[in-house]
Amino acid sequence: MQLIDCPWCGCREEIEFSYGGQAHIPYPDNPAELNDTQWAHYVFFRSNPKGVCAERWVHSAGCRRWFNALRDTCTYHFIETYRIGESPSFTSASLFPVTESQVSVPTEAGDRKTQ
Amino acid sequence: MPMTKPRTPGAELPAHPTFLWESPTPKKRYDVVIVGGGGHGLATAHYLVKNHGITDIAVIERGWLAGGNMARNTTIIRSNYLWDQSTALYEYALQLWEGLEDDLEYPILFSQRGVLNLAHTLQEVRDSHRRVEANKLNGVDAEWVDADGVRELCPLVNTSRDIRYPVLGATYQPRAGIAKHDYVAWGFARKASAAGVHLIQDTSVTGFLTTGNRVTGIRTNRSDISAGRVALAAAGLTSTLTDTLGIRVPIQSRPLQALVSELLEPVHPTVVMSNAVHLYVSQAHKGELVMGAGVDSYTGYGQRGAFHIIERQMAAAVELFPVFARAHLLRSWAGTVDVTPDASPIVGPTPYENLFLNCGWGTGGFKATPGLGVAFAHTIATGTPHRLVAPFSLDRFVSGRLVDEHGAAAVAH
Ligand SMILES: Cc1cc2nc3c(=O)[nH]c(=O)nc-3n(C[C@H](O)[C@H](O)[C@H](O)COP(=O)(O)OP(=O)(O)OC[C@H]3O[C@@H](n4cnc5c(N)ncnc54)[C@H](O)[C@@H]3O)c2cc1C
Ligand SMILES: [Zn+2]
Repeated sequence: MQLIDCPWCGCREEIEFSYGGQAHIPYPDNPAELNDTQWAHYVFFRSNPKGVCAERWVHSAGCRRWFNALRDTCTYHFIETYRIGESPSFTSASLFPVTESQVSVPTEAGDRKTQ
Repeated sequence: MPMTKPRTPGAELPAHPTFLWESPTPKKRYDVVIVGGGGHGLATAHYLVKNHGITDIAVIERGWLAGGNMARNTTIIRSNYLWDQSTALYEYALQLWEGLEDDLEYPILFSQRGVLNLAHTLQEVRDSHRRVEANKLNGVDAEWVDADGVRELCPLVNTSRDIRYPVLGATYQPRAGIAKHDYVAWGFARKASAAGVHLIQDTSVTGFLTTGNRVTGIRTNRSDISAGRVALAAAGLTSTLTDTLGIRVPIQSRPLQALVSELLEPVHPTVVMSNAVHLYVSQAHKGELVMGAGVDSYTGYGQRGAFHIIERQMAAAVELFPVFARAHLLRSWAGTVDVTPDASPIVGPTPYENLFLNCGWGTGGFKATPGLGVAFAHTIATGTPHRLVAPFSLDRFVSGRLVDEHGAAAVAH
């Protein structure tokens, strides 16, 4: 079983932890101004990279605190764990693969077709 | 003691075929290019030929044909989902399964041995009753059976009250069952190949050629191929493809594990599934006990999962089926399944007018194979979503019209 390095408790067995999905997704600054598409992307759409990604984890059967981790989704290897509010020391362009400009808002044509 | 002649495992199965399809050199252009040669890609090719007369098709597969989830699933086929939209699609598929052997002129060993979905808590009992009634209203064969009924249908199940999660009853769908996944894939491949469809293996699609809001072809690790239309049937790898076009798809790719025991005499007459203890079991035609687990908790493309998942699954199996403690585990494996926020698939158009999406089947897309094939082929051929997949479009996540099947599909397949 693999060990996960809780930033507060140190290395513990994987079964003590729960997965919380993609990390670093801020609550929208201007919630009242978001349209349905933007809300959908905030609520339902997460990146799903094949490679290194930043994720939230919680040490549920230990200190019960949340933290972030960089993990490779092909090898499942944890590259680094760090506390909420901290930045990882490992950086890579592929880390946050979907930037704001890549978020596709379905085109008019796409919208019409699916109705 | 009377001696019975030992049965040769698998003796009644058809012999392994030599070659069922051609491996042609790719052409420079096809009318339809299907990315992914799993069950869905192959079935879609078959119905494009059969229902729409389109034969200028290539199915591009990065590995070997149907070596992805199609080769790794536990082959459970049923249609007892909760919502009308899902039942319509899965029941249509089930009816196609009932005639598929004749259509493909190939044995697929479809065995309607019934599926029990166990209920272990009062809440599950209530949910099960609700699902049975919903199924009946939709014309699906469904009934509620109590613990004695479970024991009658499957005497192996431990229905005593003193286990950790006692069996309080189950929903039962008699027409549900299993089929032999490899033969299903081969049957579709054989038919498609005979009609002139090019099945191109060992070729990875790495991106797309586009002009405006049209896709004009695909890039592969071998060469570019032009296409009139492109259809994605890449299951857990879908977002690696859509990311290259800036199309976001709300799927998470997770490992899903299964395992088999050594070959045993027939002991298990039906299919038993339990959401609460994360287990589903049937006995394959050859004699292996086939058991599936719940999904691993995190995103993972490694086609392997964590050992503790298997360990928990075995604990549940041995408690529910005490006799299994005597069986030996032969091998375990994992696939990469594409789960969605509402546990329902995503099928239909994309922002690119000639690019079509089929993904998000997660832990349960095998049973849909022929139905999806018909509906996706229609969508590709006509450019309009088939009525059975129309409710499963990508834009339901914007409109909010989710089809929440977590109760019927979360662990259950
Ligand atoms: C352990 C396990 C148990 C399951 N049990 C059941 C069950 O009991 N009942 C049920 O209904 N469903 C079950 N499923 C789910 C079912 O297997 C899938 O939903 C279904 O197989 C998906 O459709 P497919 O057959 O086309 O997928 P796949 O067979 O995975 O096909 C996708 C293909 O696309 C190829 N591909 C991907 N990217 C590229 C690329 N860039 N270029 C070229 N090719 C590419 C892949 O190599 C793969 O062959 C199970 C899955 C698993 C893993
Ligand atoms: Zn801790």
